[in-house]
Amino acid sequence: METIKVQKLTGSKAMSLAIEQAMNKDDKVFVMGEDVGKYGGIFGSTTGLMDKFGPERVMDTPISETGFIGAAVGAAAEGFRPIVELMFVDFHGVVMDQIYNHIAKITYMSGGNVKMPIVIATAVGGGYSDAAQHSQTLYGSFGHLPGLKVVAPTFPHDLKGMMAAAIQDDNPVVFMFHKTLQGLGWMDQIPSSLGPVPEEEYIVPLNKAKVIKEGTDITIIGAQMMTVEAMHAATELEKEGISAEVIDLLSIKPIDKETIFKSVEKTHRLLIVDEDYLSYGYTAEIAALVSSEAFYHLEAPIGRLAIPDVPIPYSPVLEKYVIPDSKNIVAKAKEILNS
Amino acid sequence: MKDISKDHLVWMYSKMKMSRYFEERMETAYMEGKQPVFNIGAGPVPGEMHLSNGQEPAAAGICVHLKKEDTVTAPHRPHHNAIAKGVDLKLMTAEIYGKKTGLGKGKGGHMHLFDPEVKFSCGGIVAAGMPHAVGAALAAKKLKEDWVAVAFIGEGAANAGAFHESLNLAALWKLPFIVVIEDNSWGISVPKNESTCVPFNDVRAAAYGIKGYLVKDNDPFEMYHVSKEAVDRARKGEGPSIIEIETYRFLGHFQGDPELYRNKEEAPSLRAKDPIDRVKNYLFEKGMASEAEMDALDVEITKEVDAAYEFAINSPLPEPEEALEDVFV
Repeated sequence: METIKVQKLTGSKAMSLAIEQAMNKDDKVFVMGEDVGKYGGIFGSTTGLMDKFGPERVMDTPISETGFIGAAVGAAAEGFRPIVELMFVDFHGVVMDQIYNHIAKITYMSGGNVKMPIVIATAVGGGYSDAAQHSQTLYGSFGHLPGLKVVAPTFPHDLKGMMAAAIQDDNPVVFMFHKTLQGLGWMDQIPSSLGPVPEEEYIVPLNKAKVIKEGTDITIIGAQMMTVEAMHAATELEKEGISAEVIDLLSIKPIDKETIFKSVEKTHRLLIVDEDYLSYGYTAEIAALVSSEAFYHLEAPIGRLAIPDVPIPYSPVLEKYVIPDSKNIVAKAKEILNS
Repeated sequence: MKDISKDHLVWMYSKMKMSRYFEERMETAYMEGKQPVFNIGAGPVPGEMHLSNGQEPAAAGICVHLKKEDTVTAPHRPHHNAIAKGVDLKLMTAEIYGKKTGLGKGKGGHMHLFDPEVKFSCGGIVAAGMPHAVGAALAAKKLKEDWVAVAFIGEGAANAGAFHESLNLAALWKLPFIVVIEDNSWGISVPKNESTCVPFNDVRAAAYGIKGYLVKDNDPFEMYHVSKEAVDRARKGEGPSIIEIETYRFLGHFQGDPELYRNKEEAPSLRAKDPIDRVKNYLFEKGMASEAEMDALDVEITKEVDAAYEFAINSPLPEPEEALEDVFV
């Protein structure tokens, strides 16, 4: 029997390993972005790749997102599979035209004649006092736009498998990685940012959510750090005899309705937790889907926790107040169960 | 003036004439269903319509030096560029009519034409095609091919951020990239001297350490010569160029534009200097072509364009639910 080599890796190493394996296999894969070369990506997503592949395939760019992310369009049309890094998702404002008017629409406007196999890798999330312009997730902003697959893996295993899948996909994929889950030495190192990752190549589908803890009383859905908080909450709830099922969303667009409906059919109660703004976010989208397509499974109103429509504040006491955590989740879950 | 071969002159003439006749038919086709009251969404060719009559030298003068493998991106006024690059005329016309047989199966329309066969694309966002061409030029360099990428833009686009970012990248990476600025004097209703801090954009090349060229008065011959130099340099790995050509916009920004902002004399005075006649007369003056030869060529061009319209008009519309297809491949 062949032994499968599994090592414990951080989120960032898992991601960069996926890119390395794809680059070894396909010389049309290359990386462009700010500080992706010698630095290895500000959040470690391209660690060690420049040494292995050289500056022609791991290209440091000027601070010029419209330029290099727009250039990915022309390179993709010529048969390349560019991975471009938008250092912080918050910087989308300077390049959104290229992303939503071009990358997301060219396949459609060309009647399917032009493929756009582009991965836009981007760091998301707050919790470390980087304030309003460097702490957003913007899951909903990207999920709203047709023509983009949007993924937000949580644990190292899925970061690797979904990056591999994103590179292979012939469509544009916005690959969101959470800064706190990269396992970086200069941030709060949390246990969830380290996990078992097979050395061999594998794919994690881009359109599937995962039940990561089974339960019977309530379903809690999160993505990335909200999945981590939901797991902490589930442990707390367990102590009080409440059995919570936790779903890691993984795919922001499309939303995996089947996994969610199946869980709600079992638990009859639903709490959705988002590190994005409340209005028009995935809490609203999932609530709408469940209300319109799985309403009769519900025995209580759906609960939503998200950032209450304010920019992310700087001072830790303020930031902690607006980003949902396990305590908020426990309280909200009990409220739903008692309703 | 340096000589241009008969083949090249006739090629340029053909593309210019084809574009002109194509657009003259489009002027009529577009107004179908829009009279007596103009309604932009009515008729067999709905939506905005930006015609390029008068601007043909900008496209033909450089595309004569291009091959199939070279990339062209164009803006919202793209027909002359598309025709000069060799886009399939039938499929392009069908797309403009919103037909199932069109380049984009009726999902793109006149501003969003994609013909990967000849590496042509265009789009409706000012300056946004520039980084795409930079990417194609980057691909050519990576593949070690001598292909070039040309981005056509209007003079208004030279003031947009994408212009600067694209030229910095292209110059930094020494890419085979050329931007052709079609200066038709007008950004919709705003004249160039009220939007642009320098009289001519070729001087902006200095900011990127690249070569800048200026073609005055819509001159097809001068456009031919400077384009040849820029394309040759790009193919040899000598980096990007800016070419600005002072061109003519015979018509409004779009069809239906009342043009209250410009002098009524301007368009007729531009038409009097028709660049297509200039090429034809040059061929006659140099004894390179006879009237009979040129007449025969005109008949051939007319036939090809008419056949494209016939194809488009007779093609089926898409089924409504096809709107849900092609979001992803």
